[in-house]
Amino acid sequence: MTTAPAKAGWRFRQPSVIPGFGLTLGFSLAYLTLIILIPLSGLIWRSAALGWADFWAIATDRRTINALEISFGTAFIAAAVNVVFGTIVAWVLVRYNFPGRRIVDAMVDLPFALPTAVAGIALTTLYAPNGWVGSLLSPLGIKVAYTPLGIVIALIFIGLPFVVRTVQPIMEEIDKEVEEVAATLGANRFQIISRVLLPGLAPAIVTGFALAFARGVGEYGSVIFIAGNLPYKSEIAPLLIVIRLEEYNYEAATAIAAIMLALSFVMLLVINLVQTWSRKRYG
Amino acid sequence: MEVRVANVRKEFDRFPALRDVSLDIKSGELIALLGPSGSGKTTLLRLIAGLERPTRGNIFFGEEDASHKSIQERNVGFVFQHYALFRHMTVADNIGFGLKVRHGPTRPSAQEIRRRASELLDLVQLSGLEKRYPAQLSGGQRQRVALARAMAIEPRVLLLDEPFGALDAQVRRELRRWLRDIHDTTGHTTVFVTHDQEEALELADRVVVMSQGRIEQVGTADDIYDTPNSPFVYGFIGESSSVPVKVEDGQVWIADRPIGLSAPQAPEGQATLFFRPHDVELVDGCSGCIAGTVAASRRVAGTRRVELEIGGERQRVEIELPVDHPAAQKSRVAFRPRRWKLFPAA
Repeated sequence: MTTAPAKAGWRFRQPSVIPGFGLTLGFSLAYLTLIILIPLSGLIWRSAALGWADFWAIATDRRTINALEISFGTAFIAAAVNVVFGTIVAWVLVRYNFPGRRIVDAMVDLPFALPTAVAGIALTTLYAPNGWVGSLLSPLGIKVAYTPLGIVIALIFIGLPFVVRTVQPIMEEIDKEVEEVAATLGANRFQIISRVLLPGLAPAIVTGFALAFARGVGEYGSVIFIAGNLPYKSEIAPLLIVIRLEEYNYEAATAIAAIMLALSFVMLLVINLVQTWSRKRYG
Repeated sequence: MEVRVANVRKEFDRFPALRDVSLDIKSGELIALLGPSGSGKTTLLRLIAGLERPTRGNIFFGEEDASHKSIQERNVGFVFQHYALFRHMTVADNIGFGLKVRHGPTRPSAQEIRRRASELLDLVQLSGLEKRYPAQLSGGQRQRVALARAMAIEPRVLLLDEPFGALDAQVRRELRRWLRDIHDTTGHTTVFVTHDQEEALELADRVVVMSQGRIEQVGTADDIYDTPNSPFVYGFIGESSSVPVKVEDGQVWIADRPIGLSAPQAPEGQATLFFRPHDVELVDGCSGCIAGTVAASRRVAGTRRVELEIGGERQRVEIELPVDHPAAQKSRVAFRPRRWKLFPAA
């Protein structure tokens, strides 16, 4: 509503007459601190011990920068692809009734459940130059396995359910009458989808994108099999961290981790702000 | 625009929702489709809009057969019970939507669309709310926006599906009067669906009473209320009481007693007598009347309803008495309906 109450600084809003507010808030804070904040601050603490000059040297190292570029870049592309195809999959599952619909619906969740290494090995076998798909693509000069393209494919696989499962419930709620009314007003099918349906789904799509993207940035298991892990070319940041750990170079590992943490946090924060803005607008 | 529905039948999975319905709607008329749920009134409205296709029969807009035109081509304004506003658009964008999606030279300029939107907002008395989102409006305001949006495309016919169904009683009454005003100003041919007879009788030029996929009666409020042409309409519109009777020698009999009503035109045999509970005269002593004992009595606003048990089979009929009438307390009451109608027993 437009009658927003005047903000008088920070104040606890009495949430309801039901007791337990203090208890649940206390528990949530304690739990978040224990599970998330303490490990993360340990990470920052550890990398802070490095000193600014060393930290900067690691951060601006070509190999680090390339690994971060590959991680964030492929995660971004994969999430963008998933937004398009995940939305289509959700659309098909919500709108049409066909034999095997429930099976397809259940299949969407497989990437959630499958050990990521299994997915990585399966994809590598398929896309390797002598694999089923790879042998079809290699005459065209397209190499998938052991390149960043392979990473993108692995991340598309991993991220799909995030988009489908966030968009699907919102799509189910779409009122059929809204489409009908748009049609009576003269809008054709394309206009109904682009002007009426998609804008309504935008907040859910953004959430799905954020989840798929975040998952992609952190993904390790499925990627390392298909990526080939060539330094500067197809080496992802999480792998670089593991490599540094194996070299007992804990400082470098924590430094890269801290950079990833900061970047991810900023990006998710931006996405969250976009969501808050769109929720406020569309109620 | 005249709308003619000719012998339309609509089946859903073999289940007939409309059976052979024909209806002429005059240009500029405000017409109500009234009936209980499942009577097919909404289906008829959706068929006119093109949201459903008839299984058989045709729908004409003027001289032109619109039956196989798409929804987009029909140029109708449709208003849903639950508004169906576009949540992500401002009020002005909602109203302008129908103009914005047009192609080529028929699309007005952005400025013209804005002008039209604010003009329509004036008409529906919501000036100044252009920038609001639907979530920031009350139910009544949303329904006004929905109507403005439907009128923006200058529809050939306006179709309203239970337009006030989701609103509370007071807003409903207010909007009813307002809709009548709007209709008188703009002169759009308007069809609205309702299950609220008060709304239909008060608002519409003509009322179409529907039941089980058929049109029972079409007429003005007076026609429908005063001369119902079927037991269904008699029972559905207003209050009514009915008693099984027998017609013999041009007289109406209950059991073995004539009740003082002569029906020379009625066919002999079993029939059902209908009358309005408030349209009765009380009589003293009984030679030619309906007499019964008071079985229940309850106060309804300014009057008292009594249920009488009559005849040997203790049929119950309801009549209305003035609150202070002594007969309300007496155990035995005799009356004669002032206006009544006989329908032969099925």
